[in-house]
Amino acid sequence: MYSEKVMDHFANPRNVGEIENADGIGEVGNAKCGDIMKIYLKIDGEIITDVKFKTFGCGAAVATSSMATEMIKGKTVDEALLLTNKAVVEALDGLPAAKIHCSVLAEEAVKSAVADYYKRNDIDKEIPGFKGGCIECDDHHGHGEE
Amino acid sequence: MEKRFVYADNAATTAPLPEVIEEMMPYLKEKWGNPSSIHSKGNEAKKALNAYREKIALLLDCEKDEIYFTSCGTEADNHAIRGAALANASKGKHIITTKVEHPAVLKTCRSLEKEGFEVTYLDVDGDGRVSAQAVEGAIREDTILVSVMYANNEIGTIMPIKEIAGVCRAHGVLCMTDAVQAVGSVPISIRELGVDMLTASGHKIHAPKGIGLLYIKKGKKVGNLIDGGGQERGRRGGTENLPYIAAFAKALEIAVSRLPDMARVEKMRNRLIDELLKIPYSRLNGSRKHRLPGNANISFEFIEGESILLLMDMAGICCSTGSACSSNSLDPSHVLLAIGLPHEVAHGSVRLTLSHENTEEDVDYIIENLKNTVERLRAMSPLYEKYRI
Repeated sequence: MYSEKVMDHFANPRNVGEIENADGIGEVGNAKCGDIMKIYLKIDGEIITDVKFKTFGCGAAVATSSMATEMIKGKTVDEALLLTNKAVVEALDGLPAAKIHCSVLAEEAVKSAVADYYKRNDIDKEIPGFKGGCIECDDHHGHGEE
Repeated sequence: MEKRFVYADNAATTAPLPEVIEEMMPYLKEKWGNPSSIHSKGNEAKKALNAYREKIALLLDCEKDEIYFTSCGTEADNHAIRGAALANASKGKHIITTKVEHPAVLKTCRSLEKEGFEVTYLDVDGDGRVSAQAVEGAIREDTILVSVMYANNEIGTIMPIKEIAGVCRAHGVLCMTDAVQAVGSVPISIRELGVDMLTASGHKIHAPKGIGLLYIKKGKKVGNLIDGGGQERGRRGGTENLPYIAAFAKALEIAVSRLPDMARVEKMRNRLIDELLKIPYSRLNGSRKHRLPGNANISFEFIEGESILLLMDMAGICCSTGSACSSNSLDPSHVLLAIGLPHEVAHGSVRLTLSHENTEEDVDYIIENLKNTVERLRAMSPLYEKYRI
């Protein structure tokens, strides 16, 4: 059901953990839906020098978190904001249709962490397409009952 | 601990036994005739068919003319409910069932609702049980059918079917039980049980997939689901699947002969539950007392079931989960929600179902790996942070 890349990132997730004194922390999703992602950013002069995550969720949720953190590490904050869920899915060699919402959550988690960074530093910038994280399960779960 | 393969998902399906496969071979190789044919080849098959039907009737304690073979348990459930509803619609259009039934029953009821029937879905208690009193309380003038599963496929809870059947008899209402998980795991005498209909499936008791049965008590009005060439005394069309019927009969014979060994399975299962409940923030789902001997269903808070299942699979262990993420549905298991679990706790549930084929070493292996898996996933769960000491 999952690609080898997804299984690799699930079995050996990159960047798991927390960052003490992080410059931005984002948390999206909710327990009722079955997935929560929390991303920690260390930012030094607009460069994301370190990133860690913690995830409650399925294999795809863990793998997309892991991949998203890999993709933004070492990038500038502006570059990180360009990360799309589609790019995460492609980097993982695809996800089953019912799991696409996990990649959306990963994108949102990154944006949420950056939003927190902006807030802490009084940076008045809009984050395009960021709704403030998943409130309802239906937000990202496009799949119905079989 | 050395890596091994442990199959602990016997409620999903079971490994076909070598003796069972052996039993079906003659009907694939030599005695492949159509039991409906008048010639010698057909006769040979018909004789065997009759003998297997008789054997199954004997093992389930009913008449051989009360057994109807189907393609699977789901077909048998559909046949029983839809057939009974349509054949008795002139008496009334009310059906009673429970919230924890298998989808084969629930979805048949849902589609009957669209066709003008009214269905009461009874609540269950925290253990997943419904009482005979609750069933009686729901019976109305226009009630024609009660369908309550013998044992739950997810949490293993055994229902008081004999009492429920008694209530139904007293009110002149048909009583059906989906016994797919129970047949072969617990002793069953249909005569003593007193139900009007009962369903079972071969692949849950070490026969291949593709064979089920429906028991209909003599004289009960139940319509057809599949019309055809008059097979199964005109009640189920389609040439009888003799090789699989042979396998089903053999599997049932073995299962019944091994019932005494279920005490060993139950003891292993109890050790499994006791050890797993030592993990903090865990809970047993379902009844401790009224429970199928092989079933363990446990929720681990702060983690999600599909992740547990994937890590267990990497360790060589097959099990299942009630998490939404393992299905195509938004919600976690309807059974776990019905017994009162919050969504987030239901997402972290694991079902382990043992059979005669499992050993104490398997149980040790499951315990060790599940403990590690829970620890590993909790270490990366943002929900667990708040609870860590």
